[in-house]
Amino acid sequence: MEKEGELHAKATGTFTVKAGLAEMLKGGVIMDVTTPEQAEIAEKAGAVAVMALERVPADIRAAGGVARMADPRIIKAIMAAVSIPVMAKVRIGHFVEAQVLEALEVDYIDESEVLTPADDQYHIDKWAFKVPFVCGARDLGEALRRIAEGAAMIRTKGEPGTGNVVEAVRHLRTVNRQIRQVMATPDHELPDLAKELRAPLELVRKVKELGRLPVVNFSAGGIATPADAALMMQLGADGIFVGSGIFKSKNPEARARAIVRATLHYNDPKIIAEVSEDIGEPMPGIDVALLTAAERMQERGY
Amino acid sequence: MRIGVLAVQGDVREHLTHLREVGVEALPVKTTEQMAGIHGLIIPGGESTTIGMLMQEYGLDQAILDRYRSEPFPIWGTCAGLILLAKEVHGWSPARLGLLDITADRNAYGRQLASFEAWLEIPALGEPPFPAVFIRAPRISRVGPSVQTLAWHDGWPVMARAGHLLVTTFHPEMTSDHRVHAYFAGMVEACRSRV
Repeated sequence: MEKEGELHAKATGTFTVKAGLAEMLKGGVIMDVTTPEQAEIAEKAGAVAVMALERVPADIRAAGGVARMADPRIIKAIMAAVSIPVMAKVRIGHFVEAQVLEALEVDYIDESEVLTPADDQYHIDKWAFKVPFVCGARDLGEALRRIAEGAAMIRTKGEPGTGNVVEAVRHLRTVNRQIRQVMATPDHELPDLAKELRAPLELVRKVKELGRLPVVNFSAGGIATPADAALMMQLGADGIFVGSGIFKSKNPEARARAIVRATLHYNDPKIIAEVSEDIGEPMPGIDVALLTAAERMQERGY
Repeated sequence: MRIGVLAVQGDVREHLTHLREVGVEALPVKTTEQMAGIHGLIIPGGESTTIGMLMQEYGLDQAILDRYRSEPFPIWGTCAGLILLAKEVHGWSPARLGLLDITADRNAYGRQLASFEAWLEIPALGEPPFPAVFIRAPRISRVGPSVQTLAWHDGWPVMARAGHLLVTTFHPEMTSDHRVHAYFAGMVEACRSRV
Protein backbone atom coordinates (compact mmCIF):
# COMPACT_ATOMS: atom_id res chain seq x y z
CA MET A 1 0.00 0.00 0.00
CA GLU A 2 2.98 2.19 0.67
CA LYS A 3 3.83 2.21 -3.03
CA GLU A 4 0.21 2.93 -3.88
CA GLY A 5 0.24 5.98 -1.60
CA GLU A 6 3.46 7.23 -3.08
CA LEU A 7 2.25 6.60 -6.59
CA HIS A 8 -0.85 8.70 -6.08
CA ALA A 9 0.85 11.49 -4.18
CA LYS A 10 0.50 14.91 -5.77
CA ALA A 11 3.26 17.48 -5.96
CA THR A 12 1.86 20.99 -6.40
CA GLY A 13 3.69 24.29 -6.98
CA THR A 14 6.69 22.61 -8.63
CA PHE A 15 8.76 24.58 -11.12
CA THR A 16 7.53 22.21 -13.85
CA VAL A 17 3.88 23.12 -13.31
CA LYS A 18 4.74 26.80 -12.89
CA ALA A 19 6.75 27.03 -16.11
CA GLY A 20 4.30 24.60 -17.71
CA LEU A 21 1.37 27.01 -17.54
CA ALA A 22 3.45 29.60 -19.40
CA GLU A 23 4.20 26.97 -22.07
CA MET A 24 0.44 26.56 -22.56
CA LEU A 25 0.08 30.30 -23.21
CA LYS A 26 2.59 30.32 -26.08
CA GLY A 27 1.48 31.83 -29.35
CA GLY A 28 -1.22 33.71 -27.48
CA VAL A 29 -2.11 37.22 -26.35
CA ILE A 30 -2.47 38.26 -22.70
CA MET A 31 -4.58 41.38 -22.24
CA ASP A 32 -4.74 43.98 -19.46
CA VAL A 33 -8.30 44.40 -18.17
CA THR A 34 -9.78 46.52 -15.40
CA THR A 35 -13.38 45.24 -15.23
CA PRO A 36 -15.20 41.88 -15.62
CA GLU A 37 -16.81 43.26 -18.81
CA GLN A 38 -13.39 43.94 -20.35
CA ALA A 39 -12.25 40.47 -19.27
CA GLU A 40 -15.19 38.93 -21.13
CA ILE A 41 -14.40 40.97 -24.24
CA ALA A 42 -10.79 39.74 -24.04
CA GLU A 43 -11.83 36.10 -23.63
CA LYS A 44 -14.32 36.28 -26.51
CA ALA A 45 -11.65 37.87 -28.71
CA GLY A 46 -9.39 34.86 -28.07
CA ALA A 47 -7.03 36.06 -25.32
CA VAL A 48 -5.20 33.18 -23.62
CA ALA A 49 -5.16 35.00 -20.27
CA VAL A 50 -5.99 38.37 -18.75
CA MET A 51 -4.06 40.66 -16.42
CA ALA A 52 -6.40 42.06 -13.77
CA LEU A 53 -5.57 45.67 -12.96
CA GLU A 54 -7.08 48.71 -11.36
CA ARG A 55 -5.69 50.93 -14.12
CA VAL A 56 -3.93 50.19 -17.39
CA PRO A 57 -0.32 51.48 -17.63
CA ALA A 58 -1.27 54.56 -19.72
CA ASP A 59 -3.62 55.67 -16.92
CA ILE A 60 -1.05 54.86 -14.23
CA ARG A 61 1.36 57.07 -16.17
CA ALA A 62 -1.21 59.86 -16.39
CA ALA A 63 -2.30 59.61 -12.74
CA GLY A 64 1.21 59.66 -11.25
CA GLY A 65 1.69 58.95 -7.53
CA VAL A 66 2.23 55.48 -6.10
CA ALA A 67 0.78 52.60 -8.11
CA ARG A 68 -0.03 49.48 -6.07
CA MET A 69 -1.59 46.02 -6.34
CA ALA A 70 -5.24 46.19 -7.46
CA ASP A 71 -8.17 46.01 -5.04
CA PRO A 72 -8.88 42.28 -4.37
CA ARG A 73 -12.53 42.93 -5.18
CA ILE A 74 -11.62 43.82 -8.78
CA ILE A 75 -9.38 40.77 -9.10
CA LYS A 76 -12.04 38.43 -7.68
CA ALA A 77 -14.73 39.84 -9.98
CA ILE A 78 -12.48 39.31 -13.01
CA MET A 79 -11.61 35.77 -11.88
CA ALA A 80 -15.31 35.00 -11.61
CA ALA A 81 -16.06 36.41 -15.07
CA VAL A 82 -13.74 34.29 -17.25
CA SER A 83 -12.51 30.70 -17.57
CA ILE A 84 -9.04 31.58 -18.92
CA PRO A 85 -6.12 32.14 -16.49
CA VAL A 86 -6.09 35.41 -14.56
CA MET A 87 -2.83 37.19 -13.72
CA ALA A 88 -2.35 40.19 -11.44
CA LYS A 89 0.50 42.58 -10.67
CA VAL A 90 2.44 43.25 -7.49
CA ARG A 91 5.07 45.88 -6.82
CA ILE A 92 8.71 44.83 -7.22
CA GLY A 93 9.85 43.36 -3.90
CA HIS A 94 6.40 43.51 -2.26
CA PHE A 95 6.13 39.92 -1.13
CA VAL A 96 3.06 40.59 1.02
CA GLU A 97 1.08 41.82 -2.00
CA ALA A 98 2.20 38.52 -3.57
CA GLN A 99 0.97 36.58 -0.54
CA VAL A 100 -2.38 38.31 -0.93
CA LEU A 101 -2.60 37.36 -4.62
CA GLU A 102 -1.67 33.78 -3.78
CA ALA A 103 -4.44 33.73 -1.15
CA LEU A 104 -6.85 34.96 -3.85
CA GLU A 105 -5.60 32.05 -6.03
CA VAL A 106 -4.70 34.09 -9.08
CA ASP A 107 -3.05 31.90 -11.73
CA TYR A 108 0.08 34.01 -12.28
CA ILE A 109 1.70 36.91 -10.44
CA ASP A 110 3.46 39.66 -12.40
CA GLU A 111 6.17 41.32 -10.30
CA SER A 112 5.94 44.45 -12.37
CA GLU A 113 7.81 47.66 -13.01
CA VAL A 114 4.48 49.18 -14.07
CA LEU A 115 3.73 49.58 -10.36
CA THR A 116 5.89 51.65 -8.02
CA PRO A 117 8.71 49.47 -6.61
CA ALA A 118 8.40 48.61 -2.90
CA ASP A 119 12.03 47.54 -2.47
CA ASP A 120 14.97 49.33 -4.05
CA GLN A 121 17.35 46.36 -3.67
CA TYR A 122 15.61 43.01 -3.69
CA HIS A 123 13.03 41.35 -5.88
CA ILE A 124 10.60 38.85 -4.34
CA ASP A 125 11.94 35.38 -3.48
CA LYS A 126 9.64 33.65 -5.88
CA TRP A 127 10.68 30.13 -4.82
CA ALA A 128 8.72 30.74 -1.62
CA PHE A 129 5.42 30.70 -3.56
CA LYS A 130 3.31 28.01 -5.19
CA VAL A 131 1.76 30.46 -7.63
CA PRO A 132 4.09 31.10 -10.59
CA PHE A 133 5.63 34.50 -11.33
CA VAL A 134 6.33 36.39 -14.54
CA CYS A 135 8.94 39.18 -14.42
CA GLY A 136 10.14 41.86 -16.81
CA ALA A 137 13.64 42.03 -18.32
CA ARG A 138 15.52 44.30 -20.70
CA ASP A 139 18.44 41.98 -21.35
CA LEU A 140 19.61 38.42 -20.82
CA GLY A 141 21.30 39.06 -17.48
CA GLU A 142 18.16 40.61 -16.01
CA ALA A 143 16.04 37.71 -17.31
CA LEU A 144 18.39 35.11 -15.79
CA ARG A 145 18.54 36.95 -12.45
CA ARG A 146 14.74 36.83 -12.30
CA ILE A 147 14.72 33.13 -13.22
CA ALA A 148 17.32 32.50 -10.48
CA GLU A 149 14.86 34.13 -8.04
CA GLY A 150 12.19 31.68 -9.20
CA ALA A 151 10.40 33.43 -12.08
CA ALA A 152 8.77 30.80 -14.33
CA MET A 153 8.10 33.16 -17.23
CA ILE A 154 9.81 36.27 -18.60
CA ARG A 155 8.46 39.20 -20.56
CA THR A 156 10.74 41.70 -22.19
CA LYS A 157 9.75 45.04 -20.68
CA GLY A 158 9.40 47.54 -23.48
CA GLU A 159 8.06 50.86 -22.23
CA PRO A 160 4.56 50.33 -20.77
CA GLY A 161 1.69 52.68 -21.47
CA THR A 162 3.31 54.40 -24.44
CA GLY A 163 1.76 52.64 -27.44
CA ASN A 164 5.30 52.83 -28.84
CA VAL A 165 6.90 49.52 -29.75
CA VAL A 166 10.49 50.75 -30.04
CA GLU A 167 11.60 49.69 -26.56
CA ALA A 168 9.92 46.29 -26.86
CA VAL A 169 11.92 45.73 -30.04
CA ARG A 170 15.15 46.92 -28.44
CA HIS A 171 14.77 44.64 -25.41
CA LEU A 172 13.87 41.54 -27.39
CA ARG A 173 16.71 42.14 -29.86
CA THR A 174 19.11 42.61 -26.95
CA VAL A 175 18.07 39.32 -25.32
CA ASN A 176 18.36 37.50 -28.66
CA ARG A 177 21.76 39.02 -29.43
CA GLN A 178 23.08 38.03 -26.01
CA ILE A 179 21.75 34.48 -26.42
CA ARG A 180 23.66 34.24 -29.72
CA GLN A 181 26.73 35.53 -27.90
CA VAL A 182 26.36 32.85 -25.20
CA MET A 183 26.02 30.16 -27.86
CA ALA A 184 29.17 31.33 -29.63
CA THR A 185 31.23 31.44 -26.42
CA PRO A 186 33.42 28.42 -25.61
CA ASP A 187 32.51 26.62 -22.37
CA HIS A 188 35.66 27.70 -20.54
CA GLU A 189 34.86 31.36 -21.16
CA LEU A 190 31.26 31.10 -19.89
CA PRO A 191 32.14 31.92 -16.24
CA ASP A 192 33.52 35.26 -17.39
CA LEU A 193 30.53 35.97 -19.60
CA ALA A 194 28.21 35.08 -16.70
CA LYS A 195 30.02 37.64 -14.56
CA GLU A 196 29.64 40.23 -17.28
CA LEU A 197 25.92 39.47 -17.60
CA ARG A 198 25.60 39.40 -13.79
CA ALA A 199 23.80 36.07 -14.14
CA PRO A 200 24.26 32.68 -12.45
CA LEU A 201 26.68 30.47 -14.40
CA GLU A 202 24.43 27.40 -14.38
CA LEU A 203 21.65 29.37 -16.06
CA VAL A 204 24.05 30.77 -18.66
CA ARG A 205 25.11 27.16 -19.37
CA LYS A 206 21.45 26.20 -19.68
CA VAL A 207 20.91 28.99 -22.25
CA LYS A 208 23.84 27.66 -24.26
CA GLU A 209 22.45 24.13 -24.13
CA LEU A 210 18.91 25.17 -25.17
CA GLY A 211 19.75 28.03 -27.51
CA ARG A 212 17.00 30.08 -25.83
CA LEU A 213 15.84 31.22 -22.40
CA PRO A 214 15.02 28.29 -20.10
CA VAL A 215 11.47 29.64 -19.68
CA VAL A 216 8.86 31.16 -22.00
CA ASN A 217 9.55 34.76 -23.09
CA PHE A 218 6.66 37.04 -24.05
CA SER A 219 6.99 40.55 -25.41
CA ALA A 220 5.39 43.52 -23.62
CA GLY A 221 5.38 47.30 -23.33
CA GLY A 222 4.11 49.41 -26.20
CA ILE A 223 2.36 46.93 -28.50
CA ALA A 224 -0.64 48.77 -29.98
CA THR A 225 -1.42 47.30 -33.41
CA PRO A 226 -1.76 43.87 -35.06
CA ALA A 227 1.44 44.62 -37.01
CA ASP A 228 3.26 45.43 -33.74
CA ALA A 229 2.24 42.03 -32.35
CA ALA A 230 3.35 40.22 -35.53
CA LEU A 231 6.63 42.17 -35.48
CA MET A 232 7.44 40.90 -31.98
CA MET A 233 6.48 37.35 -32.96
CA GLN A 234 8.72 37.49 -36.04
CA LEU A 235 11.54 38.72 -33.80
CA GLY A 236 11.10 35.55 -31.77
CA ALA A 237 8.71 36.32 -28.90
CA ASP A 238 6.76 33.32 -27.58
CA GLY A 239 3.63 35.44 -27.18
CA ILE A 240 2.34 38.96 -26.54
CA PHE A 241 1.21 41.08 -23.61
CA VAL A 242 -1.01 44.01 -24.60
CA GLY A 243 -1.53 46.51 -21.83
CA SER A 244 -3.08 49.83 -22.68
CA GLY A 245 -3.10 49.04 -26.42
CA ILE A 246 -6.54 47.46 -26.44
CA PHE A 247 -8.78 49.25 -23.97
CA LYS A 248 -7.28 52.70 -24.66
CA SER A 249 -8.09 52.33 -28.37
CA LYS A 250 -11.30 53.47 -30.06
CA ASN A 251 -12.70 49.97 -30.69
CA PRO A 252 -11.27 47.54 -28.12
CA GLU A 253 -13.29 44.54 -29.29
CA ALA A 254 -12.17 44.76 -32.92
CA ARG A 255 -8.57 45.57 -31.96
CA ALA A 256 -8.39 42.67 -29.48
CA ARG A 257 -9.62 40.22 -32.13
CA ALA A 258 -7.21 41.61 -34.72
CA ILE A 259 -4.17 41.41 -32.44
CA VAL A 260 -4.97 37.78 -31.54
CA ARG A 261 -5.25 36.83 -35.20
CA ALA A 262 -2.10 38.70 -36.22
CA THR A 263 -0.23 36.91 -33.42
CA LEU A 264 -1.34 33.54 -34.75
CA HIS A 265 -0.61 34.33 -38.40
CA TYR A 266 2.42 36.51 -37.73
CA ASN A 267 4.18 35.23 -40.84
CA ASP A 268 1.28 35.90 -43.19
CA PRO A 269 1.19 39.61 -44.22
CA LYS A 270 -2.07 39.08 -46.16
CA ILE A 271 -3.88 38.00 -43.01
CA ILE A 272 -2.26 40.81 -41.00
CA ALA A 273 -3.52 43.25 -43.67
CA GLU A 274 -7.02 41.78 -43.52
CA VAL A 275 -7.33 41.91 -39.76
CA SER A 276 -5.85 45.43 -39.57
CA GLU A 277 -8.64 46.87 -41.68
CA ASP A 278 -11.31 49.06 -40.05
CA ILE A 279 -10.44 48.44 -36.43
CA GLY A 280 -10.61 52.09 -35.41
CA GLU A 281 -7.90 54.36 -34.10
CA PRO A 282 -5.12 52.91 -31.97
CA MET A 283 -4.27 54.41 -28.59
CA PRO A 284 -2.43 57.74 -28.82
CA GLY A 285 1.31 57.12 -28.57
CA ILE A 286 4.18 58.71 -26.68
CA ASP A 287 7.67 59.36 -28.03
CA VAL A 288 9.82 57.38 -25.61
CA ALA A 289 12.78 59.72 -26.24
CA LEU A 290 10.78 62.54 -24.63
CA LEU A 291 10.29 60.64 -21.37
CA THR A 292 12.58 61.60 -18.50
CA ALA A 293 14.51 58.89 -16.65
CA ALA A 294 11.97 59.09 -13.82
CA GLU A 295 9.12 58.59 -16.28
CA ARG A 296 10.64 55.44 -17.76
CA MET A 297 9.15 52.39 -16.04
CA GLN A 298 11.61 49.99 -17.66
CA GLU A 299 14.47 51.16 -15.45
CA ARG A 300 12.73 49.89 -12.33
CA GLY A 301 14.16 46.54 -11.15
CA TYR A 302 17.68 45.35 -10.51
CA MET B 1 5.19 8.56 -41.50
CA ARG B 2 4.40 12.17 -40.73
CA ILE B 3 2.44 13.41 -37.69
CA GLY B 4 1.06 16.94 -37.47
CA VAL B 5 0.72 19.10 -34.37
CA LEU B 6 -2.12 21.63 -34.53
CA ALA B 7 -0.22 24.91 -34.24
CA VAL B 8 -2.91 27.45 -33.41
CA GLN B 9 -1.61 28.15 -29.91
CA GLY B 10 -0.08 26.27 -26.97
CA ASP B 11 2.87 23.97 -26.37
CA VAL B 12 3.36 22.94 -29.99
CA ARG B 13 7.17 22.94 -29.85
CA GLU B 14 7.34 20.30 -27.08
CA HIS B 15 5.13 17.87 -29.03
CA LEU B 16 7.17 18.38 -32.21
CA THR B 17 10.41 17.71 -30.30
CA HIS B 18 9.03 14.56 -28.65
CA LEU B 19 7.77 13.19 -31.98
CA ARG B 20 11.16 13.78 -33.60
CA GLU B 21 12.86 12.09 -30.68
CA VAL B 22 10.81 8.93 -31.24
CA GLY B 23 11.87 8.98 -34.88
CA VAL B 24 8.75 10.45 -36.46
CA GLU B 25 8.66 13.30 -38.95
CA ALA B 26 6.72 16.08 -37.24
CA LEU B 27 5.00 19.07 -38.81
CA PRO B 28 3.22 22.09 -37.31
CA VAL B 29 -0.26 22.45 -38.83
CA LYS B 30 -1.61 25.99 -39.12
CA THR B 31 -3.60 25.82 -42.34
CA THR B 32 -6.05 23.44 -43.98
CA GLU B 33 -3.52 22.80 -46.78
CA GLN B 34 -1.05 21.41 -44.26
CA MET B 35 -3.60 18.79 -43.20
CA ALA B 36 -3.04 16.95 -46.48
CA GLY B 37 0.50 15.83 -45.80
CA ILE B 38 0.02 14.18 -42.41
CA HIS B 39 -1.03 10.71 -41.23
CA GLY B 40 -2.08 11.60 -37.69
CA LEU B 41 -2.66 14.74 -35.61
CA ILE B 42 -1.88 15.92 -32.09
CA ILE B 43 -3.98 18.70 -30.61
CA PRO B 44 -1.72 20.19 -27.93
CA GLY B 45 -2.26 21.86 -24.60
CA GLY B 46 -3.10 25.54 -24.60
CA GLU B 47 -6.27 27.53 -24.00
CA SER B 48 -9.15 25.50 -25.36
CA THR B 49 -11.33 28.58 -25.90
CA THR B 50 -8.64 30.24 -28.04
CA ILE B 51 -7.68 27.13 -29.99
CA GLY B 52 -11.32 26.16 -30.59
CA MET B 53 -12.33 29.60 -31.82
CA LEU B 54 -9.38 30.10 -34.17
CA MET B 55 -9.49 26.51 -35.43
CA GLN B 56 -13.08 27.14 -36.50
CA GLU B 57 -12.44 30.54 -38.07
CA TYR B 58 -9.77 29.18 -40.36
CA GLY B 59 -11.72 26.04 -41.31
CA LEU B 60 -9.35 23.68 -39.53
CA ASP B 61 -12.15 22.00 -37.57
CA GLN B 62 -13.93 21.02 -40.78
CA ALA B 63 -10.69 19.86 -42.39
CA ILE B 64 -9.96 17.63 -39.38
CA LEU B 65 -13.53 16.25 -39.32
CA ASP B 66 -13.48 15.54 -43.07
CA ARG B 67 -10.21 13.71 -42.77
CA TYR B 68 -11.36 11.71 -39.71
CA ARG B 69 -14.62 10.67 -41.38
CA SER B 70 -13.14 9.67 -44.72
CA GLU B 71 -10.29 7.42 -43.55
CA PRO B 72 -8.63 5.98 -40.44
CA PHE B 73 -6.96 9.11 -39.04
CA PRO B 74 -5.58 8.97 -35.49
CA ILE B 75 -5.98 12.09 -33.34
CA TRP B 76 -4.51 12.60 -29.87
CA GLY B 77 -5.66 15.48 -27.67
CA THR B 78 -3.74 16.59 -24.57
CA CYS B 79 -5.51 18.78 -22.01
CA ALA B 80 -7.05 21.56 -24.18
CA GLY B 81 -6.93 19.06 -27.06
CA LEU B 82 -8.98 16.65 -24.96
CA ILE B 83 -11.65 19.32 -24.41
CA LEU B 84 -11.81 19.90 -28.17
CA LEU B 85 -12.27 16.17 -28.82
CA ALA B 86 -14.88 15.61 -26.08
CA LYS B 87 -18.51 15.08 -27.06
CA GLU B 88 -19.73 16.90 -23.93
CA VAL B 89 -18.10 19.67 -21.92
CA HIS B 90 -19.04 21.09 -18.53
CA GLY B 91 -18.34 24.78 -18.15
CA TRP B 92 -18.06 27.42 -20.85
CA SER B 93 -17.28 25.51 -23.98
CA PRO B 94 -15.44 26.55 -27.10
CA ALA B 95 -16.15 25.45 -30.64
CA ARG B 96 -14.91 21.88 -30.82
CA LEU B 97 -14.71 18.61 -32.75
CA GLY B 98 -16.84 16.54 -30.33
CA LEU B 99 -15.68 13.15 -31.64
CA LEU B 100 -15.01 11.19 -28.45
CA ASP B 101 -17.81 9.95 -26.20
CA ILE B 102 -16.60 11.44 -22.92
CA THR B 103 -17.62 14.38 -20.75
CA ALA B 104 -14.85 16.83 -19.93
CA ASP B 105 -15.12 19.09 -16.91
CA ARG B 106 -13.08 22.22 -17.64
CA ASN B 107 -10.64 23.26 -14.89
CA ALA B 108 -12.36 20.81 -12.51
CA TYR B 109 -9.23 20.45 -10.40
CA GLY B 110 -9.23 24.18 -9.64
CA ARG B 111 -6.98 27.04 -10.60
CA GLN B 112 -3.21 27.02 -11.23
CA LEU B 113 -2.49 26.44 -7.52
CA ALA B 114 -4.06 22.99 -7.95
CA SER B 115 -1.82 22.06 -10.92
CA PHE B 116 0.30 19.07 -9.96
CA GLU B 117 2.72 16.32 -10.86
CA ALA B 118 2.08 12.65 -10.08
CA TRP B 119 3.29 9.20 -11.08
CA LEU B 120 0.80 7.15 -13.08
CA GLU B 121 0.56 3.44 -13.65
CA ILE B 122 -0.29 2.97 -17.32
CA PRO B 123 -0.58 -0.77 -18.09
CA ALA B 124 -0.52 -0.10 -21.85
CA LEU B 125 2.97 1.41 -21.43
CA GLY B 126 4.24 -1.09 -18.83
CA GLU B 127 6.77 -0.29 -16.10
CA PRO B 128 8.02 2.08 -14.76
CA PRO B 129 5.22 4.50 -13.76
CA PHE B 130 4.77 7.54 -16.00
CA PRO B 131 5.65 11.06 -14.75
CA ALA B 132 2.46 13.02 -15.41
CA VAL B 133 2.12 16.79 -15.35
CA PHE B 134 -1.39 18.20 -14.87
CA ILE B 135 -1.79 21.92 -15.61
CA ARG B 136 -5.21 23.45 -14.97
CA ALA B 137 -6.33 20.08 -16.21
CA PRO B 138 -9.84 19.11 -17.29
CA ARG B 139 -11.43 16.11 -15.60
CA ILE B 140 -12.97 13.25 -17.56
CA SER B 141 -16.20 12.97 -15.59
CA ARG B 142 -17.91 10.42 -17.87
CA VAL B 143 -16.61 7.77 -20.21
CA GLY B 144 -18.92 6.30 -22.87
CA PRO B 145 -19.28 2.51 -23.33
CA SER B 146 -17.06 2.49 -26.42
CA VAL B 147 -14.21 4.24 -24.63
CA GLN B 148 -11.42 2.39 -22.87
CA THR B 149 -9.74 4.01 -19.87
CA LEU B 150 -5.97 3.52 -20.03
CA ALA B 151 -4.97 5.28 -16.80
CA TRP B 152 -6.56 6.63 -13.64
CA HIS B 153 -5.61 9.14 -10.99
CA ASP B 154 -7.49 9.56 -7.72
CA GLY B 155 -10.33 7.47 -9.10
CA TRP B 156 -10.77 9.56 -12.26
CA PRO B 157 -9.83 8.52 -15.81
CA VAL B 158 -6.87 10.56 -17.07
CA MET B 159 -6.01 8.71 -20.28
CA ALA B 160 -8.57 7.13 -22.60
CA ARG B 161 -8.87 5.70 -26.06
CA ALA B 162 -11.61 4.76 -28.50
CA GLY B 163 -10.51 3.47 -31.90
CA HIS B 164 -8.26 6.08 -33.50
CA LEU B 165 -8.83 8.68 -30.80
CA LEU B 166 -6.53 9.12 -27.81
CA VAL B 167 -6.84 11.65 -24.98
CA THR B 168 -4.74 12.53 -21.94
CA THR B 169 -5.68 15.12 -19.32
CA PHE B 170 -1.95 15.42 -18.53
CA HIS B 171 1.02 16.60 -20.62
CA PRO B 172 3.45 13.83 -21.69
CA GLU B 173 5.23 16.45 -23.84
CA MET B 174 6.34 18.29 -20.68
CA THR B 175 8.48 15.43 -19.36
CA SER B 176 11.47 13.55 -20.75
CA ASP B 177 9.45 10.31 -21.00
CA HIS B 178 8.55 9.60 -24.64
CA ARG B 179 6.36 6.53 -24.19
CA VAL B 180 2.96 8.13 -24.86
CA HIS B 181 4.34 9.71 -28.05
CA ALA B 182 5.72 6.31 -29.08
CA TYR B 183 2.31 4.77 -28.27
CA PHE B 184 0.52 7.31 -30.49
CA ALA B 185 3.10 6.87 -33.25
CA GLY B 186 2.24 3.15 -33.01
CA MET B 187 -1.47 3.95 -33.52
CA VAL B 188 -0.63 5.99 -36.63
CA GLU B 189 1.72 3.32 -37.97
CA ALA B 190 -0.96 0.61 -37.47
CA CYS B 191 -3.43 2.67 -39.55
CA ARG B 192 -0.94 3.13 -42.35
CA SER B 193 0.05 -0.51 -42.58
CA ARG B 194 -3.61 -1.45 -42.84
CA VAL B 195 -4.26 0.92 -45.74
